[in-house]
Amino acid sequence: MTQVSYPTIIRDGLWSNNPALVQILGLCPFLAVTNTVINGLGLGLATMLTLVLSNVTVSLIRNAVRPEIRIPVFVLVIASFVTAIELAMNAFFHELYNILGIFIPLIVTNCSIIARAEAFASKNAVGPSFVDGFTMGLGFTGVLVTLGAMRELLGQGTLFAHANLMFGEAGHWLTITVFDNYEGFLLAVLPPGAFLGLGLLIAIKNVIDARRKPEPATVQTMPVDAGATA
Amino acid sequence: MIIRHMMVTAVLLGIFAIIGTGMVAYTYDRTDERIAVNEREALLRSLHTMVPPAMYDNDLPSDTITVTSKEFLGTNKPVTVYRARKDGKPVAAILTPIAPDGYNGTIKLLVAIGYHGNIFGVRVISHHETPGLGDAVDVDKSDWIKGFHGHSLGSPDELGWHVKRDGGIFDQFTGATITPRAVVKAVYNSLQYFKSHRDELFITHKDSTDTAHDPG
Repeated sequence: MTQVSYPTIIRDGLWSNNPALVQILGLCPFLAVTNTVINGLGLGLATMLTLVLSNVTVSLIRNAVRPEIRIPVFVLVIASFVTAIELAMNAFFHELYNILGIFIPLIVTNCSIIARAEAFASKNAVGPSFVDGFTMGLGFTGVLVTLGAMRELLGQGTLFAHANLMFGEAGHWLTITVFDNYEGFLLAVLPPGAFLGLGLLIAIKNVIDARRKPEPATVQTMPVDAGATA
Repeated sequence: MIIRHMMVTAVLLGIFAIIGTGMVAYTYDRTDERIAVNEREALLRSLHTMVPPAMYDNDLPSDTITVTSKEFLGTNKPVTVYRARKDGKPVAAILTPIAPDGYNGTIKLLVAIGYHGNIFGVRVISHHETPGLGDAVDVDKSDWIKGFHGHSLGSPDELGWHVKRDGGIFDQFTGATITPRAVVKAVYNSLQYFKSHRDELFITHKDSTDTAHDPG
């Protein structure tokens, strides 16, 4: 495989092959927790950390692992990291952990992680794999936070509510009440609001892509891994 | 050849399994104490919203007893009761009953009842009620749950222990009657249970220390 350039990796992760908007992977936790910015940020950062750690590890061991046991080893690596992150979150961000609950262990089942391990890290050196994991995670987090902001603003008229769960007592000032005495818009908080919001974000991305001057067809380093959806 | 290849592959997989498990075990070892402290603090925080620290001097999270009453506590599983005491005298009991008939499954409650049968406070620990409608029982969403404070079995009388739509004194929510109805009923049942079992709830037999302190 030819060496992939860093700008391409970064552009892929953040935009042209974004895990949430283009690959549409990891939807279950993605749609479930994005009812506030802080929840989205919490899950996004945990996913990003998992992606970076698993990509780097998989890349380091890529020559030692035989093809037959490739997938079990990747699963093992990812599951170990997620469990360790879950324990660490429970220890250091206890209340946020309580809110994100089941969705932290479910990061294991986020196919974008094994997809990156299999499609990228197992074929590339540590440096590019690290950057790939980081930018894919960042791209995922960005969409989580955006969708969380949309739903929180529409649903309860605030932004960064419960920021203290992540940043300690000092986080209270971050909370912005945008609309006072807001009645709330239930649809945005409920799961259908998550689907509608995500659909809207994907549509916006496509519009932006269409309006840009048609670039010389971007060479997708990784094909969208349609087979790995769950 | 094939056997050898399989062996090497298996050993390789085993090594990865050992490394992965080792990492998880190490993290667990480094975090379990802190997690236990967190859980204890979170529990204390929610207990303190109902029974302030000044009111008791015992070790509230560990002074527990488990009781079972399907009829009054909503579950046939053992239910934990925290006992607050001051100078050895009972102050309040915090029951953890379940309202089995929420709109969407069970609602777990904390019901703090003073020794003389008046409510110190009620909180919802977990629920699956509709966001924006039934979830107003959660203290983060509305002050409704604080309306139980100070009430007891005689105040209001039995007819009053319902939501307003059913002729009682407690508000229902716009668009959600089932959730507050379930909570009111569970709180009322807890009061009845407390009344008929008060002395057993505060018991501290030395010979029953082991079971009384069993957090399960």
